[in-house]
Amino acid sequence: MSNYTIDNFNSFAQWFDGALNSALPSWLSTTIECVLVGVVLLLAYSVLALFYILYERKICAYFQCRLGPNRVGYWGLLQSCADMFKILIKELISLKHVDKFLFALAPYLVIIASMLCFAVLPWGNGLQLINFNIGIFFLIACSSIGVLGILLAGWSSNNKFTLIGALRSGAQMVSYELSVGLSILTMVAFAGTMDIVSLVEAQADGWFIFKAHIPAIIAFIIYMIAGTAETNRGPFDLPEAESELTAGYHTEYSGIHFGFFYLAEYLNLFIVSGVATLMFFGGWMPLRIAGWDGFNEIMGYIPSVVWFIGKAILLSFIIIWFKWTYPRLRIDQLLSLEWKYLLPINLVNLVLMVIIVIQGWYFGAN
Amino acid sequence: MANLQEKIAKAFPEAKMTEGEILLVEIPDNKLHELVKSLRDDAETPFDYLVTIVGMDWVTSLGCVYYLTSTKTKEFVSVKVSTEDRDNPCLTSIADLYRIAGIYEREVYDFYGIVFAGNPDMRRLFLSIDWKGFPLRKDYDADPALNPPTTDSERQSDFTQTYTRQADGTVKREEVRVFGEDDFVVNIGPQHPATHGVLRFRTAVDGETIKKIDVYMGYIHRGVEKLCEDLTYMQTLHFMDRLDYFSAHNYHHGLCLCIEKAAGIEVPRRAQILRVIFDELSRIASHCLFMGTFCMDLGATTMLFYTLRVREQILDIMEKTCGARMTFNYDVIGGVMAEPDPDLKKDIRALLDTIPANVKEYKKIFTGNVIAKNRMEGVGILSREDAISYAITGPSGRASGWACDVRKTHPYAVYPELKFEQVVREEGDSMARFNNRLDEVEQSAAILEQLLEMLPDEGEICAKVPKVLKLPQGHWFQVVEGCRGLFGVYIESDGSTKPFRLKLATPSLPAAAVVDHITSGMKIADLITIGGSMDYIVPDMDR
Amino acid sequence: MPYDAWKDNEYIENLVKELRENGTNVLVGSLDKLINWGRSNSLWPLTFATSCCGIEFVSLGAARFDMARFGWEVARSSPRQADFMMVAGTIVHRMVPVFRRLYDQLAEPKYVIACGGCAISGGPFRKSYHVAKGIEDIVPVDVYVPGCPPRPEAMIYGIMQLSRKIKVERFFGGVNRQQSRKEFFEQAEKLEGND
Repeated sequence: MSNYTIDNFNSFAQWFDGALNSALPSWLSTTIECVLVGVVLLLAYSVLALFYILYERKICAYFQCRLGPNRVGYWGLLQSCADMFKILIKELISLKHVDKFLFALAPYLVIIASMLCFAVLPWGNGLQLINFNIGIFFLIACSSIGVLGILLAGWSSNNKFTLIGALRSGAQMVSYELSVGLSILTMVAFAGTMDIVSLVEAQADGWFIFKAHIPAIIAFIIYMIAGTAETNRGPFDLPEAESELTAGYHTEYSGIHFGFFYLAEYLNLFIVSGVATLMFFGGWMPLRIAGWDGFNEIMGYIPSVVWFIGKAILLSFIIIWFKWTYPRLRIDQLLSLEWKYLLPINLVNLVLMVIIVIQGWYFGAN
Repeated sequence: MANLQEKIAKAFPEAKMTEGEILLVEIPDNKLHELVKSLRDDAETPFDYLVTIVGMDWVTSLGCVYYLTSTKTKEFVSVKVSTEDRDNPCLTSIADLYRIAGIYEREVYDFYGIVFAGNPDMRRLFLSIDWKGFPLRKDYDADPALNPPTTDSERQSDFTQTYTRQADGTVKREEVRVFGEDDFVVNIGPQHPATHGVLRFRTAVDGETIKKIDVYMGYIHRGVEKLCEDLTYMQTLHFMDRLDYFSAHNYHHGLCLCIEKAAGIEVPRRAQILRVIFDELSRIASHCLFMGTFCMDLGATTMLFYTLRVREQILDIMEKTCGARMTFNYDVIGGVMAEPDPDLKKDIRALLDTIPANVKEYKKIFTGNVIAKNRMEGVGILSREDAISYAITGPSGRASGWACDVRKTHPYAVYPELKFEQVVREEGDSMARFNNRLDEVEQSAAILEQLLEMLPDEGEICAKVPKVLKLPQGHWFQVVEGCRGLFGVYIESDGSTKPFRLKLATPSLPAAAVVDHITSGMKIADLITIGGSMDYIVPDMDR
Repeated sequence: MPYDAWKDNEYIENLVKELRENGTNVLVGSLDKLINWGRSNSLWPLTFATSCCGIEFVSLGAARFDMARFGWEVARSSPRQADFMMVAGTIVHRMVPVFRRLYDQLAEPKYVIACGGCAISGGPFRKSYHVAKGIEDIVPVDVYVPGCPPRPEAMIYGIMQLSRKIKVERFFGGVNRQQSRKEFFEQAEKLEGND
């Protein structure tokens, strides 16, 4: 490990594991560790979602020359907590003429899909649940479970609006997953690994977006567009287009079931920007500028968690900015954007990247 | 006009003609279709624009008055047709001559029970199919027990009726299906964020593509025309605020002009200028709100907040003088209600200073945006012929290349003295409709500039009007330019203090009626674009 | 508006008095407080407007009056996800069944604000043949906001009163809204039967 990351969570975890094992039988210590990790993850998960809801409401307020929530708690900080309390105890309406099992299953599928992604997302140096050699691949696979939940929600509600919403989201997400996958593949081709940790470590001396210059920037732009579409956010929010389909696929959901969809939307936003951070902006690596040793050292003192979350939040800001600026696309425009423009550009970009890697035309090539 | 009279007298010897401000031709029902057709196809003055159909109950007979205009010479002509059969009244439909006539005839049927033979769709328009009686008839039984409000779902029918005249004079009734039997019909509305109120589109779709739309109205039908018959002329005015709440001043202006014309009241010049100032201010406010809500429908929420900023500024100006934010009741018979606020000129100047920068910003944020262009360009194209036939006036009609601004065609108040351009575009798509409104904001600003120069600081604001105003017997028709298009007022008086019949021809009804025509074959998302760009106000169409 | 005037609401004082007299368990009471804190601070409106008052409701959301300050800006188009319904505008006969269905579709706890003269009594259209004479005959109303249309400030005041009302509710036992609503509809049915 390079010497400028001061907080390595691996060492802390090893120490904790050792301490627990010496005091307790191994089966008990493993159980305790699992429960602890689960609780911490769930907590982080919900706190992050609440933060994101407030974050978006505040940002959109500033775009719209408003103040945004400022009455509940200082600076409106408790607003989304109040919302969550209310949603938790709101009535769950049971409907007639719906497929009850699938109707209840759908929100859980959506939330599980985004939670699974959290398992491999490294929040800081060593701060991740599992590190395996196809981490990125696992992430893409997990995130595509979400579409199943949305399709089920729309179909099982037995409502024409939700059905149209579900069909739209099916078409949209399946298409845009291609672009997400291909733009990630471009970066994987550059890094030569699918292991998230080594991907990030390869960026220790320079983030990929700088190292691999043109193809990386193209891949980044495509990834941001496709990622916005993947999370069903504006201008790609067709499945839940308010002015067209009332609330789209989750029209019939109330209470915490709706809360799950609502939370998952924001968490997916975090995941998309988190992955962008990993692939293009060096994950938890601090900003380093060759030659500026003093600067680099100071940057190194900032904990890696702050780096990762800070970068992810900044990237989310861009996605939120899209939403509050652009009007919505129409379904045929949406699909032609993907199939006629993004996909061919992406394929050409992949070839370009391969050429650059083979020829060694990137910065930091030996 | 004499030329026209001769022509009609030659072709239709049975026609009775009454000269007046507008020529009135009385014709028996069996010649109506022929007369209207010859008027429409006249080579010199083609009366190709049907302004409104006024249903009437003259107690002894039921009937209609048709108001026609020529888009070429701007001349008006009215045609009167009546029937004495009160149990099964039937007249000939002209729905095949003017496309808007179909829906106007449905309105007459709803209010008076007059059936139009030849109209392909003869359902009730505003009231439910189970409604007992025809409310605007003079002998209508208003007992609430007959038609109680009920929380049970309204009975619906998939069928519509058509009536055809048989050779032996009897009328045959037929049931026709509205949609195909296997159509996937989605209800958009009445409670839907994009219908701008409570309008309902029954939409047959094939996937995302729209096959047919059936417009359902009446979810905010408040019976204003009937209510007015029980009120004195002064009292009828306040309803104008609540029809198209954005054109409150303009509608007030229209009704006042009509009553003043009938009573022969001269309005002081200062009041005329004040009226026009507030007309133009409300036009800017209305167009600003249109731009905001339209963009919100397309998904660009932020634009709404930028446009409402200007609107709030205008509301402040209005509040200072009129005392309210929305329902002003400022124009009264004979002039205006109150002295303008001393700061009026200063405030309007401040507003005018901000407008160019704001318009530039709107163009930069929205119309210059590639997604917005794709969503609007070429969507919902309405040709000039269709715009006239469907009576689409206002900025939407002018987007189809039809110069229909009443301020230019039939000028009133101080408009003849003002220099401004009529914004006309040829494309006829949603983009043109949007841009037309944006440009009209600038034109209105130019008008306001001139008005501020013209407005004297002191002077009379209201003519002497008798406390109890009686209009002489007769009927009058007045058109003004609302924010959404032509607003027509028809008053028939029997010499008492209350109107015998007050008909309001509003621009929103045609704007909703045309939606089916321009959306077929488009996507669901286009319906939202088109509906938004037509800019109808639901209480304005339902009245 | 002075704070005392804002607090001057007999109806809520009576509610509080009733609560105090009945007494409550400490644990349940504090849970109630938490729940009511959440509910009263997170009121999501249903986007529902029929006429002029709806435009003032739009102004309420805009930058000048900014209802987002109180967290009311999350207007849901689906009644299942909304907390209260601002009945902004006239309800006519044809709309009555639709309106009632919308109310039924709201998820508990649900509240209704009658906003403007038309919703309260029929307003200027009271004599019309096609206008419902106030929504209180159709659904139970929590707060009345008079005006034609009410100014946005009045709407803010109305929703704040609703929020105060929620604060003294009880989730566990005590003042049970469900009960009173049931009574309301039973009574309404009886009245209909008598006609």
